[in-house]
Parts: sequence; structure tokens; C-alpha cells
Amino acid sequence: MEPILSLDGVGFRYGRQSVLEDIDLRVAPGQMLGILGPNGSGKSTLLSLMDGTLSPAPGVVLLDGTPMETSSRSQIARRLATVSQEEHFRFDFSVLEVTLMGRFPHMGRLQFEGERDLEVAHRALEATRCLQLAGRSIHELSGGERQRVLIARALAQEPSLMLLDEPTSFLDLKFKREIFQLIDRLRTEKDLGVVVVSHDIDLVAQYCTQVLLLEGGSIYRTGTPSEVIATENIEAVFDCPVRVDEDPVTGKPRVSIL
Amino acid sequence: MEDRPLRRPLTPARVAVVSLGMGCLLVLVGCVALLVGTAHISLDQVRALFHAGGDSQVETARLILLDIRLPRIILAALVGFALALGGVVFQALLRNPLADPFILGVSSGSAFGAIIGILLGLGAGFGVPAMSFAGALSTLVLLLSLGIKRIRMESSTILLTGVIINAFFTAMIMFFVSVSSNAKLHSMLFWLYGDLSQSSYSHVSLIAPVVLVSSLLVYSFANRLNLLTAGEGSALRMGVDVAKTKLVLLVVVSLMIGTVVAFSGLIGFVGLIVPHLARMAFGSDHRLLIPATALGGASFLVVADTMARTLIAPSELPVGVISAFVGAPFFLYLLLARGSRWSRS
Repeated sequence: MEPILSLDGVGFRYGRQSVLEDIDLRVAPGQMLGILGPNGSGKSTLLSLMDGTLSPAPGVVLLDGTPMETSSRSQIARRLATVSQEEHFRFDFSVLEVTLMGRFPHMGRLQFEGERDLEVAHRALEATRCLQLAGRSIHELSGGERQRVLIARALAQEPSLMLLDEPTSFLDLKFKREIFQLIDRLRTEKDLGVVVVSHDIDLVAQYCTQVLLLEGGSIYRTGTPSEVIATENIEAVFDCPVRVDEDPVTGKPRVSIL
Repeated sequence: MEDRPLRRPLTPARVAVVSLGMGCLLVLVGCVALLVGTAHISLDQVRALFHAGGDSQVETARLILLDIRLPRIILAALVGFALALGGVVFQALLRNPLADPFILGVSSGSAFGAIIGILLGLGAGFGVPAMSFAGALSTLVLLLSLGIKRIRMESSTILLTGVIINAFFTAMIMFFVSVSSNAKLHSMLFWLYGDLSQSSYSHVSLIAPVVLVSSLLVYSFANRLNLLTAGEGSALRMGVDVAKTKLVLLVVVSLMIGTVVAFSGLIGFVGLIVPHLARMAFGSDHRLLIPATALGGASFLVVADTMARTLIAPSELPVGVISAFVGAPFFLYLLLARGSRWSRS
């Protein structure tokens, strides 16, 4: 299958310090790629290269086969949506207003949302089970609700690829599970490509189709969850004794910290 | 509950209705302001104006109403419109509810230019405004050359640069104020607190096109401003050309503010409070907020200026004193009584 996003020999440096080196990866529709790695291993930088907010040097990032730099921001936003950690709504907007903002790349300069935009927002809110929140203020929501609304806004962009930066940090167990289930459902139902950066190794093991393990700015291992999430890899990269065994029910790798 | 159909939060019709309503309010306020003043003018005299001829009393009334009060009211409306518009744009652009149109320091450049103009004995008609505009322009050039080259226009850096420019020019202004003669001191103080008493139709005809063009341009960025309030990174990823948007809006708004300030002086508080009032009443969507704020600012300043010229008549107060003196307690009351939003649909 043609990849939506591909990185070829990508590197990045802040000043003189190299943060990422020699990254090759592909994300295809229906794939869910989990990016794992310790703090400072370059996960966030990698995500910024993938959404085009940083430009690689050297290497090239292709979106639908064309270099990211040659596309306008709104062209990119129609294909690729990001759910990031740095959303701060300084002023008061309702959940529906926030969701409709996702329609921006599809609208002209002065346009107001039309019936179709409303329909897309409705479906996005429905898919994330946020419909009953539509009239609430974004400031009144709990962490889990807020994260779901941000995913709804990303869905309203009608992307073919969604990037999520630690979507489950600060969430309790129930919401962590809920967010991963939601992403998994969107992936299978809409054939969405997904990239998720996460520290929840068990959830990544359970839901991702591919895993990429980063260490010091380079790929340490990449492959299926069972290939990558193995005792020796996790211990080497995270510098922490663990035991990885097989979950008796799902058959997926399971990590216990020793 | 789940099946309740969603309604569009904002339609062009709603924007039109609110703008029309705020426009009517402005006309109403303007008409009242026209009839209020030191010289008493009765409704009969106003009626007589519409008939040809008339005695000397009618002529006097015509002079007071059409040549003195009307240009001043129009100027107040234009200045209030521009200041409130500048405030709402800067609050969104800098994601800072404390921002006002003077925050970038461009207007302290205006003030410095004006003070020098007054010291040189230039006239209030065009000499001082020209000096003031030159001050604004050179400050803007300074700000941009600092901003673009070194700091990639990051919001907190822009704010900090503005604060420092403000501090510098305030020091310069205080220096010149302290060493100048009493006769000029009064003009300087009035300029620093805002003064519309020198208004004329020639000022109006200079400001009006600038304000009109700037506000249309700003409005075409309304959607982008909505996205920018959630953060620049987020706006960028959702398709907004952030750098271009910031640059265009900073330059356009600064030039507009520089133009109106040159003729009005530094009228504080309008640009800070009116955007918040409008946000409480109409929500945060800039496609509605921009026209509501700008027209609201126009009405607000017409009222404030009418009070400035009547409260201690025949003397006048600087209009900036009124806008803060009346505006601050009113705003505080609303904030305590209503919270940050009046209603939610």
C-alpha cells in the first residue's frame, strides 16, 4: 500500500547538537505506529518533523509522495492532523466551536461553516462520544473529556493521518484505555493512519501495529510489537530492569518493571 | 439528548444582526451627544436647521452642531472604533487578555513624537500629529527589525520588547515634561491622556479611510485569529500561515493605531475593556467579536468624550481620564457579577 507519510534519511540538529539521525519510516493507511523511547530520545522532534513544523536536514519528509516543504500549511492540514500537548485556550470557546475550528483548512478566507462542516463536526463529536458536551465551555471539561474534544477537532479536519503526542499522559486508567480504544476504532473504521508517541508501553503493545523504539536520536529497533518490545531492547533503551512476557489473553508483550 | 441536532454557533446573519444593532446604538449615542453640550441647543433650533435661511441664532446653532460637535463626535467614534479593534487583535495575537493597542510601544513612540512637536511649538492641526505619526512609524520599524531578525516574532518576546520600548520612551517623555515651561505642560498632559478637542473634518477625512481599510483587512483574518488564540503551534498545524498572519496584523494595526493616536493622544482603557465586554456578551469568535468590539468601542468613546466636554464645563477633562474613571468600576462590577461570559447558548 502507498504510504501517506514517509521519512527518508531524516536528521535534525538544534544548533550543533544532533537530535535525530538517519530516520527512515513509512506510515500507511490503517497502520498504527507507536513511537517509544526515553525522555530526550527525540520523540517530540520526530513528531514535529512528521507534521512539518520543523524541516529536516538532511533527508526528506514526503506527504503523499511530495516533499512537505512544497505544500502550504492548509494543504498539509487537510491530510494530517495533530493532537498535541500544547493547546491552551486563552479565551472561552464552546466544544462545538473548538471542533468546528478543525474545518479551517477546508474553508476559504472569510467563509462561515456550512451545513457540511456542521455534519462533519457532528460525526467527529459522535465518534469521540462528545456530542453531549457540544454546548459546554472548553474550560469546564475534565482532562479526559478535553483530550476527546481535541481528537474530535482533529477528526473534523478529515485527515488521512493522525499524529498524537502523548495523548494519555495525565489521564487515569479508564481514560487511557478509552483514548486508545477510540484511536483503534478510528483506525479500523476509517482506515486512518495513526502515529502515537507514548510512555504507556503496554497500551502501545496492545493497540499498535508497528512500533519504533528510539534511542539517542536514532532508531534502535522497529517492527511489530512482539519484535520490538522485548526484555533486552527495553532494558537497553530505558536503562531499567524489566521483565517482558506474553499477555496470556491477548498474546501481546507485557512489560513489568522489576 | 444524543440526537439533538447541532446548530451552527455562528452564521453570517447573526454577524449582520449584531453589527446592525451595534451600529444603531452608535447612531443613537451620537445623536444624543450632538444635543448635549455647554451651549444649550433646543430641538426647535435643530428642526430649524433643516430649513433654508433662518436668523443668526440658527446660524450659531448650525455652527455649534455641524462645525464643532459633529466632527468631534465622528472623530471620537473613529478613534474608539480603532482602539477597540486594535485591542481585540492584540489580545488574540499575543494570547494575552491584558494586551491593549498600546502594548507594543508603538504608541509611546507616537507620544514622544507629539511631545517633541509641542515643545517645538508646532500646531495641533497637523504639526503635532505629523510628529506623532513619525514617532510611531520609526518605533514600528525598530520593533520589526528587532523582531524579524533576531527573535522570529515570538509572542512573549514581542511583549517584552514592547514593555522595554514603552519604558524607554516614558523616561524620555518625563524628561521633556519636567524641563518644559508651564504653558506647554498643559498641552502635553492633555495629549498624554487623550484629547479630542482639536477635531476637524480634515482630521476625520484623513483618519476615516485608514480605519476603514485596516478594519476590512483585519476582518479577513478573523478565522485565523480564532485558531491563534489556542497557540501558535496549534494554529500552524491546523493550516494557518502563522508568521504571515502575525506580521500583517502587527503592521496594519500598528499603522492604524499610529494614525488615530496622532490626532487623539493616548486614550487609555477603551482598547482593553471594550474587547472584554464584547467577549462577555458575544463569545470569543472573532468573526462576530471584531465588528461588535469595534462598534462598541466607537459608542463607548463618544459617550466618554461627551462627558469629558460637559462634566466640568466650560472647562474640559482629558477623555482618557473619563474612560478609565467610569470604565474601570463598571468593568469590575460586570466581572464580579457576571463572570467571564454573560450567557451560553
